[in-house]
Amino acid sequence: MKMGIRLTAVILSLLVSTALFAADKPQSPRLDIGKGGQCVEDPKLMRKIHMDRLKHQRDETMHKGIRGQKHSLADCVECHASTKTNSVLGSNEAFCQGCHTYAAVKLDCFECHTSKRKVTAEARK
Amino acid sequence: MSDIQHDTKTSIKMQPNLDRRDFLSKSSIGLAGLTIAPGLMLFDMAHGKAPGDEVSNKVRWGMLIDNNQCESGCNDCVTACNTENGLATPTKPTDAQWIRKVQLKDNLTHKVSSLPMMCQHCEHPPCVDVCPTQASFKRADGIVLVDKHICIGCRYCVMACPYQARSFVHEVLTDQKTEVPRGKGTVESCTLCVHRIDKGETTACAEACSKAGHNAILFGDLNDPESAISKRIRSVTSTQIRSDLGLNTGVRYEGI
Repeated sequence: MKMGIRLTAVILSLLVSTALFAADKPQSPRLDIGKGGQCVEDPKLMRKIHMDRLKHQRDETMHKGIRGQKHSLADCVECHASTKTNSVLGSNEAFCQGCHTYAAVKLDCFECHTSKRKVTAEARK
Repeated sequence: MSDIQHDTKTSIKMQPNLDRRDFLSKSSIGLAGLTIAPGLMLFDMAHGKAPGDEVSNKVRWGMLIDNNQCESGCNDCVTACNTENGLATPTKPTDAQWIRKVQLKDNLTHKVSSLPMMCQHCEHPPCVDVCPTQASFKRADGIVLVDKHICIGCRYCVMACPYQARSFVHEVLTDQKTEVPRGKGTVESCTLCVHRIDKGETTACAEACSKAGHNAILFGDLNDPESAISKRIRSVTSTQIRSDLGLNTGVRYEGI
């Protein structure tokens, strides 16, 4: 019986300490997402596979001339650029830069591609 | 029992006829939707390609440049190209340049004329032959492009091109156009405005030339015998620059 109480106490203390440790972990980045929620795929899935989808799409467009498909970088920027800056870069709240800084993954796309939302015809006037 | 068998037999017998009728009626509806007039299909209006379709070698894009119509002082095609593709006006010899005006002078008659020079979109492009990473490639519809994702910036293609059509980007760029990604460390050249062609439009230089009233640049499908460019090259003498190299360029010149 004593043994049982001791075991429960140990397990409880372990649980409490892991909960406290979890609370110390840095929070996931707070992003300024132009348009939130589900876009082309489930957000959880997109977090994992967006690079593969983008790479597939880029080859299809570049070499085969297939355009207007849903996984294009231009469309990512179009929807998810910040509503304040019109860009997916520029701060740690920006859609692409925020997450890539958090995950410490180098972001090469925007050395060639524009990070800014295409200015709409209405905005140009 | 025999009745049932009989029924099944009839239904089996009837089935092919029903299918055939169904097929014929459905396909005629489909054809009516796609055909506007005999020989003219809906997709033809967008250069034979819907946006989601793969490009095919049934078309070959090309241009015919009429040197007699090209005005010596006019630079509209160059300006239009720079604006369309987000290129800055070159100030240094190392700055990127996709199209340039070349002055020609006949030493005997002293006639001075000019013509625009850009990537000639060869059928057998030397730049593609020398590329070590296959970044330089020819699309099925004859447009020669650089895949900057796999270009390592070795500049073999710049050396190989007999038309000096390619440029290397030496410095970091900002504010690129959405449709025209460009970046440091890669080679680039005239894309024949591929992003416009895929939308069914013409090239920026051809558009600017006709807007200026010169109509010296004619863009079209060299494989289509009914296209304006095919009809024109059948009726007038045109030439390929450095035709001795046997590259079969997609850009032809008239009156030089």
